[in-house]
Amino acid sequence: MKTAEELKNFGVIKTEEMVLNMGPQHPSTHGVLRLKIKTDGEIVSEIEPHIGYLHRCFEKHCENVTYEQVIPYVDRCDYLASMNNSHVWAMAVEKLMGIEIPERVEYIRVIMAELQRIASHLMAVGAMGLDLGGITPITYTFRDRERILDLFEYVSGARLLYNYIWIGGVAHDLPPNFVQHTRDFLDWFEPQIVEYDRLLTYNKIFIERTADVGVLPADVAINWGCTGPVLRASGVAWDLRRAEPYSIYDRFDFDVVVGKGEVGTVGDCWDRYWVRVEEMRQCIRIVRQALDQLPPDGDVHAAVPKKVRPPKGEIHFRAENPKGDLGFYIVSDGSPKPYRVKMRSPAFCNLSVINEIARGWMISDVIAVLGSLDIVLGEIDR
Amino acid sequence: MTSFTDFLTTGLLGLSWVPDSAWAGGVLAVAILLGLGVFTLMALNAMVAVYFERKVSAFMQDRLGPMEVGLFGFRGGKRFWGGIGQTVADAVKLVIKEDTIPADSDPRLFRFAPFLIFGAAFCAFIGIPVGYGLVISDFNIGILYVTAISSVGVIGIILTGWASNNKWSLYGAMRSAAQIISYELPLGLSLLLVVMVVGSLQFHDIVAWQEEHRWFLIHSPFTMVAFLIFFMSGVAEVNRTPFDLPESESELVAGFMTEYSGFRWAIFFLSEYANMAIISLMTAIVFLGGWLSPVGSLLRLLGIAEGWYYLDGPIWGVFWIMGKVVFFIFVMMWFRWTWPRLRVDQLMYTAWKVFIPFSLANIFFVGVWELVFG
Repeated sequence: MKTAEELKNFGVIKTEEMVLNMGPQHPSTHGVLRLKIKTDGEIVSEIEPHIGYLHRCFEKHCENVTYEQVIPYVDRCDYLASMNNSHVWAMAVEKLMGIEIPERVEYIRVIMAELQRIASHLMAVGAMGLDLGGITPITYTFRDRERILDLFEYVSGARLLYNYIWIGGVAHDLPPNFVQHTRDFLDWFEPQIVEYDRLLTYNKIFIERTADVGVLPADVAINWGCTGPVLRASGVAWDLRRAEPYSIYDRFDFDVVVGKGEVGTVGDCWDRYWVRVEEMRQCIRIVRQALDQLPPDGDVHAAVPKKVRPPKGEIHFRAENPKGDLGFYIVSDGSPKPYRVKMRSPAFCNLSVINEIARGWMISDVIAVLGSLDIVLGEIDR
Repeated sequence: MTSFTDFLTTGLLGLSWVPDSAWAGGVLAVAILLGLGVFTLMALNAMVAVYFERKVSAFMQDRLGPMEVGLFGFRGGKRFWGGIGQTVADAVKLVIKEDTIPADSDPRLFRFAPFLIFGAAFCAFIGIPVGYGLVISDFNIGILYVTAISSVGVIGIILTGWASNNKWSLYGAMRSAAQIISYELPLGLSLLLVVMVVGSLQFHDIVAWQEEHRWFLIHSPFTMVAFLIFFMSGVAEVNRTPFDLPESESELVAGFMTEYSGFRWAIFFLSEYANMAIISLMTAIVFLGGWLSPVGSLLRLLGIAEGWYYLDGPIWGVFWIMGKVVFFIFVMMWFRWTWPRLRVDQLMYTAWKVFIPFSLANIFFVGVWELVFG
């Protein structure tokens, strides 16, 4: 006698599933991510991300250093968007302490954050091409990212981890001619995006590989806590710069880019890629406006507190990072060191959805989906 | 003189003062000599092609190394030899690198498999002319021989994947097997219609036909389609982008060659570039008139009796055929540095649902064309 289960599967030829470890040493896992993949031939039936290879106890570290000393650690979380990270941290502590920031500092911070957003998206766009086998796009995007890093070097002296945005101000005022250099860069960079479009975005093979692949419906995206370009590509116009304007973002005119499903379904890999390309154009608009409105002078150290000792209390502050909503939850006990820090990292939530959207596709598509999610392991593992 | 083998055996060994007892040893010496010749050609081809590929990628990608690196104190700079030091350094590195063999692999097959791939490319070179009469052995079934022997390489690829005992290698090998066997068909079918028109499988006859009539590229619309199918299938046969799935470095780490290092890996490299040269040579001979000069062919087409026909001579012939080969190799590199990669199912779709039906239809239409216009 066969059991009911056996009868159900009677006559069904099934192959054994193979468990494949993708990473932590793999060219396309964007760092030290390990994906445990169950495969049937090329078809992937389950993906389980294993993280923690880059865990540095960021949150525990924060409890043992002063508020200012956290900034270098924050820089190292999303190392492709250091400016944005320290911007969010500074804003959170300032809000906790109730500090008013000079106008000029606000503008400098916004300029830096938006330039950093371009740099981060350039990396995502180039790496996406690389993941799909096109080697040339990343060299182009790196060439352009280099110019942004040059600007940051000019401002802060560093090229990757800046420690530039302080609590209550910024480290230095803008160097001479910075505004002109930035304008030159923007004028030069804007036509380059057209070049990416011609090389990669509207390439037939690229569209074949990404359109309709790994579709993330809006409800699934919201349920899994996806934010940033990943959420917007699914058609949800959720951008904290517009939804909960912080800093001085309410003064700028820009569009929230939303995935339209131009070549496939809304929320596919191509849309996630395209949202980033379009956001770079919006960043250029914001930086141009900020440069126009930048107050000519002002002391950038005027509001920097002598002692950073927030009053007893707690705060959750979030802002739009290149990868999504970055949130800091800080509990202060009135001492110079935070009592507890919790970081809500956007890439962590964005990565967790991979099993939902890449399941049932092929190994090559898992790579495409991973590339379109644009993860940074420094932020996921913290 | 029709081939090197004929020249050396009948020409040299057939001389009256050569004793009959020397025949066997003489044939062996000829075989070794010609074998070394082919090997040298392949090694040189790989060296030059790697340099060429670096330069092409450097021009397309703003790479600095291949544009600047000098050699032994010679300054590189932005001159044509800039970056040549990298090629030499690369070759030295590959030869002196440790030859690692994974503990769980099948060591004998693991050691042997690269040489099977290499052997296939090596043997294919024997049948391909690189100029009028410049061929090791002029088979009367040249096309059949070259297509058959070059597909032996897939056995080597499967062996590497199997012997490495690595999941990524196995994936690469399985993809490779599926891909190469699928693309053999459109490749062969495209050649078939040329054979149909010419009525011979010999490379010299095919070129002679094109000299008498016109290049197959412009013979009829259907042969032009056949040329496109042949070249694209050829790109797939040699595992180049956008069909480089067997070694797709961003998905399968390095595909079937994941576990290889040092000289054994260099053998893969050598074979890849040799295969590129073989496909380019075949395309040039079968569709672009081989060693015929474009000038002479055009004049003949226009019916002009005299003019630049001296450009068709045997020495110029080598220049023309090599020019065509370099052009096709450049096109393959151009593909590689521009396009992303296809997915497995898309690859199979292209072969079975596009190329093969078109090739089959092509054979029919070429037959009709020959009946009407031939």
